[in-house]
Amino acid sequence: MLAIFIKRVFMAIPVLLAVATMTFFLIKLAPGGPFDAEKAVSPQVLKNLNAVYNLDASEWEQYTDYMSGVIQGDFGPSFKYPGRSVTEMIASGLPITFELAMYAILIALVIGVLSGVLAALKRNTMLDFIPMAIAMIGICVPTFLMGPLLVLIFGIQLELLPVAGWGQLSGDKILPSITLGFAYAAYIARLSRGGMLEVLNQDFIRTARAKGLTERMVVIKHAMQGGLIPVVSFLGPAIAGLLAGSFVVETIFQIPGLGRFYVEAALNRDYTMILGTTIFFSAMIVFFNLISDLASLWLNPRSRDV
Amino acid sequence: MNKILLSFLSLILVISCSKNISPVDSGLETQTFHFGNGSEPQGIDPHIVTGVPEHHLLIALCEGLTTSNPRGGESLAGAAESWDISDDGKIYTFALQKNGKWSNGDPVTAQDFVWSWKRVLTPSLGSQYPDMLYYVQGAQEYHSHDSSQGLAQPSFDTVGVKALDDYTLEVTLNNPTPFFLGLLSHYSTWPVHKETVLKHGSIDDRNGQWTRPGNFVCNGAFQLKSWELNSRIIVERNPMYWDANSVGLNEIHYYPVQNVMTEDRMFRAGQLHVTSTLPSQKCPVYIEEKNPDLRIDPYMGTYFYRLNTKHPVLQDPKVRRALAFSIDRKQLVDKVTKCGQIPAYSFTPPGSNGYEPDTSITFDPEYAKSLLKEAGYDEDNPFPELEILFNTNEDHRKIALAIQQMWQQNLGVLIKLVNQDWKVYLNREMIGDFEVSRAGWIGDYEDPNTFLDTLRPNRGNNKTGWANSEYDMLVEKANETQDQAKRYELLNQAERILIDEMPIIPLYTYVRSYQLSPDVKGYYPNYLDHHHPKYIYLKRD
Repeated sequence: MLAIFIKRVFMAIPVLLAVATMTFFLIKLAPGGPFDAEKAVSPQVLKNLNAVYNLDASEWEQYTDYMSGVIQGDFGPSFKYPGRSVTEMIASGLPITFELAMYAILIALVIGVLSGVLAALKRNTMLDFIPMAIAMIGICVPTFLMGPLLVLIFGIQLELLPVAGWGQLSGDKILPSITLGFAYAAYIARLSRGGMLEVLNQDFIRTARAKGLTERMVVIKHAMQGGLIPVVSFLGPAIAGLLAGSFVVETIFQIPGLGRFYVEAALNRDYTMILGTTIFFSAMIVFFNLISDLASLWLNPRSRDV
Repeated sequence: MNKILLSFLSLILVISCSKNISPVDSGLETQTFHFGNGSEPQGIDPHIVTGVPEHHLLIALCEGLTTSNPRGGESLAGAAESWDISDDGKIYTFALQKNGKWSNGDPVTAQDFVWSWKRVLTPSLGSQYPDMLYYVQGAQEYHSHDSSQGLAQPSFDTVGVKALDDYTLEVTLNNPTPFFLGLLSHYSTWPVHKETVLKHGSIDDRNGQWTRPGNFVCNGAFQLKSWELNSRIIVERNPMYWDANSVGLNEIHYYPVQNVMTEDRMFRAGQLHVTSTLPSQKCPVYIEEKNPDLRIDPYMGTYFYRLNTKHPVLQDPKVRRALAFSIDRKQLVDKVTKCGQIPAYSFTPPGSNGYEPDTSITFDPEYAKSLLKEAGYDEDNPFPELEILFNTNEDHRKIALAIQQMWQQNLGVLIKLVNQDWKVYLNREMIGDFEVSRAGWIGDYEDPNTFLDTLRPNRGNNKTGWANSEYDMLVEKANETQDQAKRYELLNQAERILIDEMPIIPLYTYVRSYQLSPDVKGYYPNYLDHHHPKYIYLKRD
């Protein structure tokens, strides 16, 4: 297992290097620059600004300067927000995005696994059809519809919960967590139902039942360990996706997370910010994929030899 | 395990589901104003930032020599308590407030202004608004200095701003500039605290940390308390402010709510006192519902179409006029924009500080057709397809669709709509890679010059390729004229040339549409949409 871990970490380095290099040159190809604005700046001012941010140097020089900074953990200053460094901005958004992602995953797991396992155990009954129908709706209804809908009901009509913000008013974390969690709960419910159904038909379950174990023990101790492997494999990319992709929920609920920086940086042509967030998110995806692979290996000894 | 989690989650839900007191309600007691500020401000260095959300913050935190009148019109005293203008209109002598103080207690002196203007004009700072000070003698020369040519930077003594003593500032202008006082309410001319700036960097350091909470020192009615990135900025009353007794609010909370629907919901749920704008589709609904919180105020801005006069088809003024005269502006504002916008028949919005342009662009499809014919286009020589460029936005699309239909119907001209992401759109406009492009211009100060100056040749914001020496001469001459009536007549002549030549097609005059809680007092409509928070207070009727 340690060997696999070390191998995978070494494989991540060229991946990240390639991502950084490609992003660096791709963003320069996009028309428009960080200082273009509706009120055009004079050529003199533009020249001064390019000099301040080293944009008048050759591409290669800019690239090597940037990469040597990145190796030392410095993602450079933001172009759009003078006086702020990209590292600082990522550090300010990350804990919030992470907290939101954790709540969402928790909600998704509780709802998803419970309803998935239940559906598998009570196959072809109402306890199977109803949760699975809801799961289907959860997969189909996008967060940009679910969010405002929940806000309308709980925030504006019932006046129970704040409609936006994060950590400013009591209860303002509930609606965004549910909105984000619900979409993932639906996936997890379907995955765990499928996984459980496959496992429940296997010989070792029959053996466990034959040994006289209670149904509860059979399910929790034997079936779930194998049945939830697809869920575990899904969790890695899901967490990485939640960290990078909660832009919609962050915007709907006015949450100061990372997703908004990422999208806005691209629209603003904030070169260093685009690079910083892209490299950071790539590292996150690589890391969580690795964790989820290791967890799957641990749960499923058979795949260790592969 | 699952049971524990479930009960934990339901507990959270129950605890939080007790009815909250909304921030608007609690704000009434604490005089805390909750302000929807559009987007995250770039920063609060008045010499570096550009944009409206930044202005909303800076107007609370810092103060220039004059401040804009909350009801519009003549500028009011700011850091300067009074001023004298010489007979030739070129020398302004400002007497500064004797008890003017920075938020750390230091006195605000004339030397602070000299140093601050030097900072704006320092080329290596890369300020984007140095031209606001180009009316000051020697300022443009100082700023345009190119160090790469090996010449030494001229001394700042050559620039016409001098501290006669601690509390007297003398400014010498190139020409009598009647709108100079109005220009001073723009934040790029405001002072910064020299010692604080230099403590955290050099005069030309864009990334200095002096604007952070705890470091920031300025001379406005409020001071910076906290800044949570992308979440909330809090400013609190500044006890050192020279007019602190007339400040009504204790705190202002600025929320950078970029999504207009979220902002609307926050207002409805009592989380905001004022919104930065309104979802455009909601405006007609709120008008019909007679929503008492809806505000539609006049705004000094024009929505127009820019024509590329270098384009082989559009270089003929007859074609440009034909396009302009075949647009039914009334229908556009009544049926498309639907939020109280006013049809525009001039570039400068009427009523800018008493200026009334006397131009007209009637909706006359027959005349428009005859113009196209005169330009040589008929059945044998059909008019080629044109492209309307706009930045991706549903409102711009709707307007472009309406114009497309009007041109097609009234002139038989085929139009293609092209939308681009904001920066691509800006880039294409800048390099002249467009035929017709949508544009908007908001006045920086209350004078027609802020509009007409942009279309002079070699101005970066002209972008149409149009250059007319008579127009240029008239605008130049107007700026040298002290008599306001004569000046406006000259500007009117320039405006007539503009409408005759039509390098731009005015469509409508903007309005400011937003929602305002009835608790907010002292928030008056004004043409520049400058709302000095020192006049605002909260009271429920």
